[in-house]
Amino acid sequence: MSYATKSPWVIHYDASSCNGCDIEVLAALCPGFDVERFGIINTGNPKHADIFLVTGSVNERNISVVKQIYDQMVEPKVVVACGTCACSGGIFHDCYNVLGGVDQAIPVDVYAPGCAVRPEAIIDGVVQALGILDEKSKALKASKRGA
Amino acid sequence: MSFVYILIGTVAFAIVAPIVGCLLAGLDRIISARMQGRVGPPLLQPYYDVRKLMEKDDVTVSGVDGVYMTCALVFTAFAGGIFFSGGNLLMSAFIITMASLFFIMAAYSSRSPYAELGAGRETLQVMSYEPMVLLMAVCFYMAAGSFNVADAFLLDKPVITIIWPAFLGFLFILTIKLRKSPFDIAMSHHAHQELVKGTTTEMSGKTLAKVEVMHWCETVLFLGWTGMFFLWMNPVSFVIAVVVALAAWFFEIWVDNNFARVKWQAMLKSAWLVALVAGGFNIIFLMFV
Repeated sequence: MSYATKSPWVIHYDASSCNGCDIEVLAALCPGFDVERFGIINTGNPKHADIFLVTGSVNERNISVVKQIYDQMVEPKVVVACGTCACSGGIFHDCYNVLGGVDQAIPVDVYAPGCAVRPEAIIDGVVQALGILDEKSKALKASKRGA
Repeated sequence: MSFVYILIGTVAFAIVAPIVGCLLAGLDRIISARMQGRVGPPLLQPYYDVRKLMEKDDVTVSGVDGVYMTCALVFTAFAGGIFFSGGNLLMSAFIITMASLFFIMAAYSSRSPYAELGAGRETLQVMSYEPMVLLMAVCFYMAAGSFNVADAFLLDKPVITIIWPAFLGFLFILTIKLRKSPFDIAMSHHAHQELVKGTTTEMSGKTLAKVEVMHWCETVLFLGWTGMFFLWMNPVSFVIAVVVALAAWFFEIWVDNNFARVKWQAMLKSAWLVALVAGGFNIIFLMFV
């Protein structure tokens, strides 16, 4: 196990969510679920974050923002799409300005469905993401050693 | 000879302080979580955080912020070494300010708007606490007859008995120094957002890890200053000093969790007022006894 999995700091971005999923993301940080038990901290800075939680679908206006946040995050990093809209576009999928799920903009590692996504589903998604983060961390270490 | 002591002290501090500071930071997070009705992270969470940051890829905006942070770390260790080897208190205070200045330079070096704002706010913090720190050192000199911390062990009663106003003033600015709410305006523990975490906006990976380790060392040094007030020739005083330092630290956590962040104007005004009243009157009193 790499240390990346013991201290996953998340950054949360509301793409074009209705705020239902956003409230659930914050609920996971509150005393009821208290994800800080696992070392998870909600940062406001992509440069400090390891996990990118996106809620809501990607549209023409915010695709550049999503890409920019992803690019500013430091490797190793993973993306969790939170909620049905972030997974596939949801009920907004055929809206004139909606491009679809977050995977239309950046590579998504874990899909956490639900409308709104339940805090349990978010925590499940993040725990799955930790496995992927661990692999990426080891790969980065191996490539550094090789270089 | 004293230079050899300082060197030994610096090396010892550089090894011991991060360990003690890390455990204190972990306890701080658990206690804070319990005060908020949460379970909180494991005790070693700050250690995991720093190890993770060191595993991250190297990305930097300016290329020199890492160097500045290394300087800040070295000066912090040096300040701790001077103090804990029984050296000059005033020199320790100046050197730790030097470390703060390097931290500010590291934040300024990225030229990012939020980092510059954070650096400006960090500068205001230094401006706020520095008068009280200097007056505290002067009071110690007048009470103990020397700036040397080791000379506190020669006294027949601890300095707290005559410079307790300066101690109260020092407790006030300790909140700024330990980066606790209501004065955590430049690098807060809790709100991980742009303005109150401004100084570290452009820092990531190893540079951010250095910031964390510097903060651990700072905490140990400032708690050492707190305990210094309670030392006298009785060896038991050392135990009392440790207990008081830990009590002050717990008090700061309580303050942290119960007070809302203030604007920088309020911090500057109140800190200078406290320095003038607590420190100034204490010095006037000591001049006439």
